[in-house]
Amino acid sequence: MSETTAVTNEPVEVWITGIGLATSLGEGLDANWEALNSGQMNVDEQGFAPYIVHPWAKVNLEAQIPKKEQRQMEAWQRIGTYAAGLALDSAGLKGNKDILSRMDMIVAAGGGERDISVDTAILNAEAQGNCTPGFLNDRLMSDLRPTLFLAQLSNLLAGNIAISHGVCGTSRTFMGEEVAGVDAFKIALARIAGGQSDIALVGGSHNGERKDLLVLYEFGDYNLKNEFKPVWARKDHPGFALGSAGAFLVLESKPHAEARGAKPLARLSKVVADRARRKEAGAVTGTLDRLWSALDVQEAPGAIITGATGAEPVTSEERAFLDHHKSFAVRSSGTRFGHSMEAQFALGLALAALSISRGALFAPGDSSGIETDMKEAPTQIVVVGAGHYRGEGMALVEAVK
Amino acid sequence: MSARDKFGRPIVVVTGMGIVTSLGAGKSDNWKKLVAGESGIRTITRFPIDGLKTTMAGTVDFVPVAPFTSTGLSERLGHMAVEEAIAQAGIGSKGDFPGPLFLAVAPVEIEWPQRLELAHEVGGTQFTYDDLLKVCGGGKFVNYHHRFLFGSVADSLSDTFGTKGSPISLSTACASGATAIQLGVEAIRRGETDVALCAATEGSVNPEGLVRFSLLSALSTQNDPPQAASKPFSKNRDGFVMAEGAGALVLESYDAAVARGAKILGVVAGCGELTDSFHRTRSSPDGKPIIGCIRKALADAGMAPEQIDHINAHGTATPENDKMEYVGVSAVFGEHTGKIPVSSNKSMVGHTISAAGAVEAIISLLTLEHQLIPPTINYDIPDPAILFDVVGNKAREARVTTVMSNSFGFGGQNASLILTREPA
Repeated sequence: MSETTAVTNEPVEVWITGIGLATSLGEGLDANWEALNSGQMNVDEQGFAPYIVHPWAKVNLEAQIPKKEQRQMEAWQRIGTYAAGLALDSAGLKGNKDILSRMDMIVAAGGGERDISVDTAILNAEAQGNCTPGFLNDRLMSDLRPTLFLAQLSNLLAGNIAISHGVCGTSRTFMGEEVAGVDAFKIALARIAGGQSDIALVGGSHNGERKDLLVLYEFGDYNLKNEFKPVWARKDHPGFALGSAGAFLVLESKPHAEARGAKPLARLSKVVADRARRKEAGAVTGTLDRLWSALDVQEAPGAIITGATGAEPVTSEERAFLDHHKSFAVRSSGTRFGHSMEAQFALGLALAALSISRGALFAPGDSSGIETDMKEAPTQIVVVGAGHYRGEGMALVEAVK
Repeated sequence: MSARDKFGRPIVVVTGMGIVTSLGAGKSDNWKKLVAGESGIRTITRFPIDGLKTTMAGTVDFVPVAPFTSTGLSERLGHMAVEEAIAQAGIGSKGDFPGPLFLAVAPVEIEWPQRLELAHEVGGTQFTYDDLLKVCGGGKFVNYHHRFLFGSVADSLSDTFGTKGSPISLSTACASGATAIQLGVEAIRRGETDVALCAATEGSVNPEGLVRFSLLSALSTQNDPPQAASKPFSKNRDGFVMAEGAGALVLESYDAAVARGAKILGVVAGCGELTDSFHRTRSSPDGKPIIGCIRKALADAGMAPEQIDHINAHGTATPENDKMEYVGVSAVFGEHTGKIPVSSNKSMVGHTISAAGAVEAIISLLTLEHQLIPPTINYDIPDPAILFDVVGNKAREARVTTVMSNSFGFGGQNASLILTREPA
């Protein structure tokens, strides 16, 4: 909110004071926590066969989004707007106009759903010989819903959050697949730590139940096909199962939180990002090693929550990095929630903050041996995100002492 | 001279600029045509215009991209603008720019020629979307994966120019270019970096891009003659004209620029940003978010309204935008409003959407350099409800020390920049 504030000399401590989760495992922190610890999964192998997706667990949308606003949104916006509302509830900010009107927002987003039936009909008509010069123009002018564009524009998730929840300080939307989520938290943290902002809503959403997205990732043979396997067991059949998820966090300066009596769930201590030159073998492992060094992680016992995709070669390169930290308990968010692309890093941070606030790391997601039990209460969790094609990032989430 | 502003923050200066618009490539060509009041708007020849309500745009036709994609064109335009900006700044070495990249870029998606290619790959005359999906894999279309990732343009710029760290691709709709600059300013003020590359690019004139804005009734339909379509602040304005282009700025801390003997082209003295939650495409009727945005920019620059002596308006020429921009500006500037010459570059170059904030910041800095304000062309029937001192039809010589450049976009995005010639 306060760009004008003089740059502070000492970085301000940044707390996570709210978490909103609406995923394939359910809505809210309790439902997700219980599902994680009971080994529950929500995998659809049939609806998009041979592709596998993690479908969104249905919610009562009206609890967070007025009906007339829902009609203006496509699913990816409803998922995100819903999760954003949960985060504001969790932080005790819902309806607090004074704070919401100056709250900053950074959203990591892709684009919205295409109208598959319109696209298919136009392509069929063209194949049937409709190829006059104005054919495509005529069909688009008559078949596209006028407001569909607004449900597709990347920055309109933020726009919908502003409209539905009144988050009206500043609004920025970062794009660029997985690492957009890392950059969103990196910038939000830097702004608060540097005195340029007091409080921010940061996160993303993804609708994985979209054939137009399957097309994009199938171009690169990235989709997991035929049979679900945990991320660590996909080496011979690499790929990701798209997941539907909304994940938002409220980041807040410690003084701002204390002044309004808000309790911290955890502290966001550091977020770092880079872009490995992936044409060189080993570049991702090297980049992740360097990012780790920049975090000031204490020795074990600690935990790592990774958004590893299951795509190759990046997942094997990340495994090589994880091998350097074998004493850390690892959890893959991709196994449990699928790959929610721009939202995956926010999801990882949400799970880290949730684990710290509950004094336990959630249960391992498979029997690969990579995900081991953790008996102690985690005080430091490293969140890792290496994009399926580009971009690497890491964050350190810590208990507030 | 102090190297810090009055809030104790590093002063952020501009040491390199690059620009491409429908008028041409480069600062010198663009400036010559802008002050001559030339229009870059023309009838579209890139694709058939049969059946369209709007048939003109500010396309950049002199940059060949084959096969054409909008994302491919925005990448090319981005390269051209960045190359010019870095060359002028004379910073780093070839392929080794010593700072981060903040890139404003349009949302990316697979385009119609590629969709048609898939349909032809399927063959036949009766197929489903699943049939399309079946032919996507196997490597034949692997380049389309890379092409249509949202991060692809930033990836390419980062590879070529060697920017540091994770490049950020962003969209705040029509305010995107201003947001890219704002992110660079904030990073330098935080002391994270001495230099940042802030770029913005737009290549979206394709059939669906045009139809989308057309269906929202946002575009001018005054197709003939195309050069007269964009009429900011005129009574008979009827919408904006889509356009392509790119702008790039090298931002540096004043200290770093002076230390390496760089020529300082101007100062980004202040940035303001405030979200409007009234409606997805319309401004709050009371103008409060625009008013708040402008006030935040003034506060951030530590300036009084009277210190602004030119406004490079958002001025899209939609009935709604121009009215609301006047409502907002006049509420902040009061009696001073009529004393500020106001102009909209969009009358000539059209609305470069994601790039507009950067393109217009560069034109604002050129205005400061030349002490000459480019005109708002097609200003023949002034809107009597908009009492700006519009620089109509002919460039005007003026003493300009401080420019405000406004950007307002769909989704309630408002951003204002304050640019000066010299550090305050």
